Amino acid sequence: MTDRTTAPEFQAINDISLIEPRHIKLANGCNVFCFNSGGQELLRVEWIFGNLRFNTSKPLLNQAIMALLTEGTQKYTSAQIADKIDFYGAFLQADYGFDHSQVTLFSLNKHLSQTLPMVKEVLTNAIFPQKEVDTYVRNQQQKLQVSLQKNDVVARRVFNKALNGDTIYGFAAEAAEYQALNRSDLLEHYKQMFRPDNCTLIIAGKIEEEALGMINDLFGKSWESAGEKPDTTQPEVARSAEHLYYVEKADALQSALRLGVPAVNRTHSDFPALQVLNTVLGGYFGSRLMANIREDKGYTYGIGSGISSLKYSATWFIASEVGADVCKAAIAEVEKELDLLKSEVIGEDELALVKNYMLGSLLGSLENIFSHADKFKNVYFAGLDLDYYKRYTEKVKAVTAEELKALAGQYLNFDNFYKVIVGKY
Amino acid sequence: MVKFNRFTLSNGLRVIVHEDNTTPMAVVNILYDVGARDENPEQTGFAHLFEHLMFGGSVNIPVYDEPLQRVGGENNAFTSNDITNYYITLPSANLETAFWLESDRMLSLAFSDKSLEVQRNVVIEEFKQRYLNQPYGDVWLKLRPLVYKQHPYRWATIGQEIAHIADAKMEDVKAFFKKHYNPQNAIMVVGGDVTTEQVKQLAEKWFGPIPAGEKYNRNLPVEPEQYDERRETVTAKVPLNDVYIAFQMCGRLDEGFHAAELISDILSRGNSSRLYRNLVKEKQLFSEVHAYITGSLDKGMFIVEGKPLENITIEAAEAAIWQELERIKTEVIAADELTKVQNKTESTMVFSEMALLEKAMNLAWFELLGDAEMLNHETDKFLAVTPQQIKEQANLIFRKDNSSTLIYLAEKSVNSNELAVSE
Repeated sequence: MTDRTTAPEFQAINDISLIEPRHIKLANGCNVFCFNSGGQELLRVEWIFGNLRFNTSKPLLNQAIMALLTEGTQKYTSAQIADKIDFYGAFLQADYGFDHSQVTLFSLNKHLSQTLPMVKEVLTNAIFPQKEVDTYVRNQQQKLQVSLQKNDVVARRVFNKALNGDTIYGFAAEAAEYQALNRSDLLEHYKQMFRPDNCTLIIAGKIEEEALGMINDLFGKSWESAGEKPDTTQPEVARSAEHLYYVEKADALQSALRLGVPAVNRTHSDFPALQVLNTVLGGYFGSRLMANIREDKGYTYGIGSGISSLKYSATWFIASEVGADVCKAAIAEVEKELDLLKSEVIGEDELALVKNYMLGSLLGSLENIFSHADKFKNVYFAGLDLDYYKRYTEKVKAVTAEELKALAGQYLNFDNFYKVIVGKY
Repeated sequence: MVKFNRFTLSNGLRVIVHEDNTTPMAVVNILYDVGARDENPEQTGFAHLFEHLMFGGSVNIPVYDEPLQRVGGENNAFTSNDITNYYITLPSANLETAFWLESDRMLSLAFSDKSLEVQRNVVIEEFKQRYLNQPYGDVWLKLRPLVYKQHPYRWATIGQEIAHIADAKMEDVKAFFKKHYNPQNAIMVVGGDVTTEQVKQLAEKWFGPIPAGEKYNRNLPVEPEQYDERRETVTAKVPLNDVYIAFQMCGRLDEGFHAAELISDILSRGNSSRLYRNLVKEKQLFSEVHAYITGSLDKGMFIVEGKPLENITIEAAEAAIWQELERIKTEVIAADELTKVQNKTESTMVFSEMALLEKAMNLAWFELLGDAEMLNHETDKFLAVTPQQIKEQANLIFRKDNSSTLIYLAEKSVNSNELAVSE
């Protein structure tokens, strides 16, 4: 009979191999990284632009540009762009991020000759029609009203502001700022930002020479940078002196919590070990926060922690929505868990589990060619290269419980935590 | 094209293998043919609560997650009105761990009192977080009983009310397990860096000895055709008015399903869709508007939802939606417009083949529908829909006396000043 009480033998994960991209430099200096695979006849192409240095007097421009990018060009109306992209079964997205903003095209290879020129048009000839700007402003103001009634959204806004001040990372739009948007500012910002010397292309999928030829023609040969390269650095973050924020919501059934401290980003040598520590704390389903606050106490549907690694800032945060009546108790348990990490070494068994889990999770995150490209982006835009993952896996395997205890002492002092509570306390 | 092999164990467990050696990973997806529709009306939310309990230890293995995480695996599950689906992703070298864990909890749970007590609380917090403490979060609690009068789709997966979850007893948990969690009632898909031979051997070893159990014969009340216009208006602490119009539509296996899904795409998929273009962009009546279907196995719902701009009355908003619905009922759709949504469906299918877990879930779902091979013919069914069929389906669905309208009126007591931060 099969012995069901003993776990089957298992193997440790040793090798994690990442695909190195082929690097091409286009005639205009634009860097292209190609991740080629067999399989489905499709491509994902990303045009990634550095955000301009944040201007506190016009804080919304970057976000608004991304939202309005596909809403009209010199040649095509918003409707024509949408019709064409949709007709060819493609997906065209323009997304804003804290450090970079990007345009992404998903297209079947057979339709690239139709879809790529549309992206060129959007990147070079967007006009931000007044009517579309008005629609955007109106709709965003409405959506903002809904968001502001979600406790977790409010908690995130207050938290980011406290830790990052008046920077691009701390900014949270208010209704009046939408009202202040105008076309000429948008156009000016767009011209400065959308140029080949501020653009990196990442191509993933089944890359045919023909597609590369088209990309070179459209985005290498007939697209030039004029004038000075834009400033894409960001000022240092200025944190708030106040550490405790309570936004009371009289009828709340649950309170949103966001607790955290400044940390270090991916470029710091402590980062891989901190990821191990974070996983133990709140980075997976079996984490200490989940085991205690959800699985033992039943205070919440979910609690987790993470380290947000940005180019000029990093934050270690814990987030949850907990029953309003147990809010104080939940925070006390968080503090207990942090103190435990500082005062006692993590047991051998738990640490081994976490290490295996993290390596399996990294392996599993490399599902397809897109995931390999995503891994590359994480390091490339942080100024690192793929060797980072070698160092990361080595550190995950080698880090000791003593080291982690010392790091907890260094980084996780609850008195230094910013604490945001939205709901009832 | 998703290739697969298939076999059935003597206890009735259906097994599908999808070999994909482009990945070092394996997935194990187990679909149990039980959802919220199979619940007792006095004990709603039970299928979902039960899903939580499936992680509370099994007869020979005290904890579920830990051994999986130890071998580099991850897992999760979801419950819908129709099914409960569990999935694992792990390095393929450690595939056997997944078989060990999944077979033990199919054999029997530990039925721990502590687990039941804690998961009742966790699910109640989930109920609050997702349904009660969010603006518009209770929409499904209100809309479902408006659309369904007989069929158990009238309650949401989370349950009709918190009390049903708070009252769950261990004897009910045991009875539910016995009734639904057995090999005859499950479909297992194993995918990724595996071979069919290996899966056969592991399936025999771990799942073969599990008793077949009793066959559950589903006998649900049929929802009668709707011939009365239904309406409910609620005043709630929401920032904006919101209009929901729900229609009964055919089930997932009925002939008209693909046409109905394409109608939702024509109305609402992407920036070129009719509702977005005409009602948000051109006429500027809504800040957002959407159309979608539930895709349920039994009689489903077709939903049109929109938040009107603040200067637009509810009457004007509803009239504008109905004007679009009337248009698709009376005008034959242009070939180009139909081709557009068909192309989108086709490319979405190709993109979905890049994701291993999604392929495994799809195979399990189509096997439940009758035959996993249907997955590979799905695109053709969408491509075969004609303009005439679109018009016919639209006329079947978009009748006033087949509609259930739910209006949220914003109670204007909340303003942004409340958001001032205090210490």
